[in-house]
Amino acid sequence: MEVDARGLSCPQPIIETKKVVDKKVTSLSVLVDNIAAKENVSRFAKAMKYDVVAHVTDYGWKLELEKR
Amino acid sequence: MNISNEKKSLVIAGAITGIISVTLVLLGNPTNMGFCIACFYRDIAGALSLHSAAVVQYARPEIIGLLLGSMLISIIRKEFKPRGGSSPVFRFVISFFVMIGALVFLGCPFRMVLRLAGGDLNALVALFGFIAGIIAGSLLLNQGFTLGRSYKQSAVEGGAIGGIFGAILLVLLFFPSLLKFSTTGPGSLRAPIIISLAGGLIVGALAQRNRFCMAGGIRDVFLFRDTTLLSGLVMVFVAALVMNLVTGNFKLGFGGQSVSHTDWLWNFLGMALVGYGSVLLGGCPLRQTILAGEGNSDSAMSVLGMIAGAAISHNFSLASSAQGATIGGKVATILGFTVITVLAIVMIRARKREAVHGS
Repeated sequence: MEVDARGLSCPQPIIETKKVVDKKVTSLSVLVDNIAAKENVSRFAKAMKYDVVAHVTDYGWKLELEKR
Repeated sequence: MNISNEKKSLVIAGAITGIISVTLVLLGNPTNMGFCIACFYRDIAGALSLHSAAVVQYARPEIIGLLLGSMLISIIRKEFKPRGGSSPVFRFVISFFVMIGALVFLGCPFRMVLRLAGGDLNALVALFGFIAGIIAGSLLLNQGFTLGRSYKQSAVEGGAIGGIFGAILLVLLFFPSLLKFSTTGPGSLRAPIIISLAGGLIVGALAQRNRFCMAGGIRDVFLFRDTTLLSGLVMVFVAALVMNLVTGNFKLGFGGQSVSHTDWLWNFLGMALVGYGSVLLGGCPLRQTILAGEGNSDSAMSVLGMIAGAAISHNFSLASSAQGATIGGKVATILGFTVITVLAIVMIRARKREAVHGS
């Protein structure tokens, strides 16, 4: 599963991620292009008990979320 | 950055912000108005003769500092990213009504926190309104509301708002006779320019680094019980509270508070409109100012919308006074809820139709 949150203003990256997380998906990636979205989604994912790995890309970051 | 470091940094930044806020009041700003994004855009609109309410005219260096502080630190930290193109005109309209709601309450969310720290209980009523507005706005976002994606823009587009604010600062410093200055009322109460500017620059940089957002702190608690962002705001409150208690500026109660009124329904609804609009815009007036500094031209559009909203507010007697909300202000608040809700629903429906038929 992939959530493309590039260019979305806060808090949409969290809300779009939450919609997928709520379906009990164990592994997903979230594309973000600004630092606030990266931090917000990471904080949300950790609170939801996912491990987060951030890969730097040309547009920003690709966050890999894996259920603990 | 791990969670505890993020929180630690927020707590320190919040404390410094609270201390600077009260210091500005001690040095001359109106009570509980070390910072007020809404009031200060209104004062700037007045200084530029966009409205003619003689008591609220001053090109507030705090706001100029906030925006330029955010711009400088984001350039230094390589976080200055010009982007825009996400429904700029609709953002202008929402921000316009956010400002009208803020001036019905007489403060932005930042000043709401500072008013609470000064013992003004009207701000507590407003806080409930703000939270209600955030929840209502979140419902729209859950239904699929979006202002659309932003895209990369040129450095000129991203930096333009900095140029505008820089120009206002230069006029204030070197050609002040071009601007209007209140001689009575809140606009005449001001800390020395250099200190106001320095305070703005510091808080602007701190807010940029720590992603301060009045709406975001509350959102995280409701959405996933995380208090990281909120801890910064709580520290602003605590630091300002302590400073107010120590300096004898704490006055608990509803009546007789500075630049405020006790019309609880309109304190609630005014700030509810601010919360509602802020969630749809992606941040409170402070956050919009900081984002504009980071090169976000959609947020720059919000800043312009707020300045326009402030001018209209005073030209048409929509802003409240110590006597309470005006008829015009009440009508405009209801109109704000209606316009934003109707346009949002139209937008959500159009998106759902597109999703069904393919775009």
